[in-house]
Parts: sequence; C-alpha cells; structure tokens
Amino acid sequence: MRLSSKVTTLLILAAVIAIAPVFFPSSYYFRVGSLIFVNGLAVAGLVILIGYAGQISLGHAGFAGIGAYACALAPVHLGLHPALAALLGALLSAAIAYLVGRPILRLKGYYLAVASLGFGILVSMVLSNEAQLTGGPDGMAVPELGLRAVLKAIGIDLSNTEFWYAFSGLVLVLGAWLALNLYHSPTGRALRALHGSEVAARTVGVDVAHYKLVAFVISAVYASVSGSLLALQNKFITPDVAGFMHSIEMVTMTVLGGAGSVLGAILGAAILTTLPQVLTIFQEYEQLMLGLVMMLVMIFMREGLLPSIARRIRGRAE
Amino acid sequence: MPELLQFLLSGITVGAVYALVALGFTIIYNASDVVNFAQGEFVMLGGMITFFAHAAGLPLPLAALIAIIVTAAIGVALNKLAIEPARGAPVVSLIIITIGASIFIRGATQLVFDKQIHRFPAFSGDQPILIGGATILPQSLWVIAGALAVFVCLWLFFTRTLIGRAVLATANNRVAAQLVGINTNYVMTLSFAMSAAIGALAGVLVTPITLTSYDVGLALALKGFAAAMLGGMGNPKGALVGGLLLGVLEAMTAGYVSSQYKDAAAFIVILAVLFAMPQGLFGRKSTDRV
Repeated sequence: MRLSSKVTTLLILAAVIAIAPVFFPSSYYFRVGSLIFVNGLAVAGLVILIGYAGQISLGHAGFAGIGAYACALAPVHLGLHPALAALLGALLSAAIAYLVGRPILRLKGYYLAVASLGFGILVSMVLSNEAQLTGGPDGMAVPELGLRAVLKAIGIDLSNTEFWYAFSGLVLVLGAWLALNLYHSPTGRALRALHGSEVAARTVGVDVAHYKLVAFVISAVYASVSGSLLALQNKFITPDVAGFMHSIEMVTMTVLGGAGSVLGAILGAAILTTLPQVLTIFQEYEQLMLGLVMMLVMIFMREGLLPSIARRIRGRAE
Repeated sequence: MPELLQFLLSGITVGAVYALVALGFTIIYNASDVVNFAQGEFVMLGGMITFFAHAAGLPLPLAALIAIIVTAAIGVALNKLAIEPARGAPVVSLIIITIGASIFIRGATQLVFDKQIHRFPAFSGDQPILIGGATILPQSLWVIAGALAVFVCLWLFFTRTLIGRAVLATANNRVAAQLVGINTNYVMTLSFAMSAAIGALAGVLVTPITLTSYDVGLALALKGFAAAMLGGMGNPKGALVGGLLLGVLEAMTAGYVSSQYKDAAAFIVILAVLFAMPQGLFGRKSTDRV
C-alpha cells in the first residue's frame, strides 16, 4: 500500500515527537522541544500564506502578540479561564486579520511586505506603550493553564516541561493535520492557483481577493495560538513576542525549511530554534551565524532545505 | 509659533537622514529590483568606522572618507556575494537574503568593534543657531545640506551623464541594455557602491547628533524604506520628499500628540498612502504584463 504524502508527513511528525524524548538527557531538552513546536505551529500557518497562496507578511508576530496578551489580560480583567482566553485571542486575531487583510492584500510583493510590517510594528508599539495595561516593555505575568493539575488528578503525573512538550506537540500535529487537509481541499487548490497566476486563477472563476483573505486569516489564527501557547508555557510575556525580529524569524523559519511543505517549514523552525541554544557557547557569533545561514540557504537552496534535499535524493535514485 | 518652527526644524533634520537612506534604496531598487533591507547597516557602518578611525588618531575628514570607501566596498561585496547569485529568486527569498545580510553585518560589526554607543565631534561646533525663536544645531545644517547635495548630484548623474543613463536603461530592461552594449554587471557594481557610499555619508553626518552603535541600522532601514515607499519606489524625487515628509510628520506627532507614538504616526500614514495611492506620491502607475 502506498501512503499519501499527507499521512506520511503526519506519521513522521508524530513519530519524531513521540520517540525523541528517549534520547533526552535532561529536562532542558523538553523545554527546547516545546519551543520548537510552538514556533512550528506559527510556521505551519505561514506555509498556508506563503507556500500555498504566495503572499508575504512581515507582521505576523503582531498576531502572536495578540494571542499572547489575550492569555495574560483576559483572565485578570474578564475573569476568563486561560484556555478561553486563548480562544478569545484567536477570534480577535481572526477579526483583526480580516479587517487589516482586506485593504492590504490588494498590494503585492514589497508593498505588501511593508504594509504588513507596519501593522506588526503598530501592535508591538501599543503593547509596549500602554504600560498601565500591559506592563510595558517589562512584560507581565500569565496565569497557569491548569491542565497539568487535571491530568495529575486522573493519574498522569508529568513534570512541567514534559507536560508542555506533550501538549504543544499535540497542538502542532493537529495544526499540521489541518494545514495538510487544506492543501487538498478546494480552498487549497484555489490558493495554489492564485499563487501560480492571479490572472489565470481569476479567469477560471477563483475569487482571488476572497481566497487571499482566507489564507491571511487562517495563518493569523495559527500565529495567535502559537503566541498563546508561548505565553502559557513561560507564564510570562513581554512585547518582544510581537516585535519585528519575531516576524522575521517566523518567515525565515518557513522559507528556510521550505515554504511549500509543512514538514519542511517545521524543520526550519527546529533548526532556527535550536541554533541559538547550540551557539550559546559562541554567543558573540550568534548574529553572524544566523545571518550567514539565512543568506546561504536562500542562495543555494531556493526552495528551502527539505524540498531541495528531497529532490537531490530522488534525482540520485532515478 | 516658535514651537511649531522648532518641531519643523528637528523634523527636517531627521527627515534629511531618512531621505538619504531612501535615496540609497532607490538606486539599488532601480538597478536591480531588489529592496535592500541592509541599507540601514551602511549608515551604521559610516558612523562606526569613522568613530574608530578618528579614535585611532586620523583627522575627522580622512576618517570619514575611509568610512565611506570601506562601506562602498562592503556594498559591492554584498552585491557580488549575495544578490548576484540569487538573481531571479522570488521576492520573499530576496527579502530574507538582505535581512540576513543586515543581521550578518550587525554581528560582524559587534565582533570587530564593540557594543558601545559612540559619538565623534560635530563638524562646526555644538553652539545652537537661533532662527525666529527656535534653535538648530550647526550639524543639522550639515545633514540637510548633505541630503540636498546628494539629491542634486544624483539628478545630474541620471540625467546628464552617459553612465547614469546606462543605469536607468539597465533598470528599465536588463536584456535590452545588454544588447545596446551596456556592461550591466558594471552598472550593478556601481549602483551598490553608490548606494552604500550615500548610506555611509548619512552615518557620518548624523552621528554627532544621534550617536551610533552596532544596532542602529534596522530602525533606519525601516524608516528609509517607508520614506521611499511614501514617495513612490524608484523615484529619487519621491525619496527626498518622502523622507522629509516622514521626518516632519514624526516630529509633529512627537510634539503635539505623543512622543511614544511618533513611529506609529509614520506607519499609519504609510498604510493610508498605500491604500489610497499604492504607487506612492510620485510613482508611476504600473500595469502587469500577462
């Protein structure tokens, strides 16, 4: 039996997440792992926007910021449970993405890049300037999710890092599954069509503006949930989560691994998340190395790491 | 009234720096269709190299000259090593390459020099000049004069010299330019050298006022980019006017609304301009070939 690429991807992802802990020498690795999954989720969303629909956003950290601060603010001010607060953040992100996306998605290329960048910077500016609400640049505390206590009560006792590894891993697999399903759906086909040529897509009856907006809103929800998970996991949040550099990191992870492939993009997230951890010994060289990796991959492997490697292996086999 | 004049003067000073960065963007964008996010790093390099050359005992003008030449060489290297090999890559890849270059240059500067904030003396002293109740630093006049001089030189270069026209021809159609005998590789090298040199000049002029350190480049690149877009990408006149407008706008917002949100005002106006006239103030309408 030949497995579809969707099932293969999900199996590889789930297997790696489940088996990797066997090789973890300390709880620190669970922490790095869960950071990879959180970033991987945001990146899976960007695959829909960049890889499927061929649009760019340099402001998606703004949505991560909305998701993160929803988890910090809603429990305190609205008395919501943190899980509901994350949901509220996702809804808010979707609504804002809808309102912002309508006008800016008319733009293309660099113009779209700068418009989305402007949006992201506005969000991070509000978060750092409204100090009486958000604690300003010093950040603010985020309440406990409480799911770990529930699991303990029914007999599953996990350490904090283990719990977050498992939980964000689960959310990532779910997110990847949804993104892969979308690829083969009519919406996914419409997105790929308009990626190839907007004019051609319009000619065959694809509502280009509508589908671009759909991709933008979905990817915003992914970024928002990723921000919520990060906030709940760290129990603390600063406006950096919405900052320009975070937006750049997200896009770089996506394109580095391969924007056209969910698995590739998650690999990109894994590499860029671990790189600074590995380089802590050479902390001075961190920026130098990051910049170099970004340039080299984009010059020599234009489709991103995974698709380029896959092609090379396939080429050799034939 | 003196208050308004004061905001206007400081706005024009900052705006002149944005205009210089935007002019640098424009040259590279015209020649290669690449928006160079590392443009701000040229400004940073101009300031940092001048400081360290000056600190090593060189007279200020010589230090500034060395800074401009070294930065121009780095600009050429950027083109040869990173932009040229990626010719024809999608916009997303080019954005990541130039942002990667910007992070790389920042990391290298921090290693070669340091992470401190630096300043060298102003060219004509620090005694403020009084104009109608407002004050302006002599160095601000240097910055404004620098931006205007660069603009005039560029205008003459593009309209009155053969090589300037060759740059425009390359921008218009690379293959056609090659066919009429233009050495397009030379044009690209020249464009990156000029753009980097203009960025470095901006760094040299503004460092006595705003100080410099290894990480000032990114913010400048974003503002310069916004200014170029406000005026219309690829248009030198747009870059100058866009830069000055942005600077004045920021100063007015800081003065009359809120200094915390001065950057926000800039981006809100840019979003508004992009919606109302996506080609910027001076850009030409473009139609896609199908």
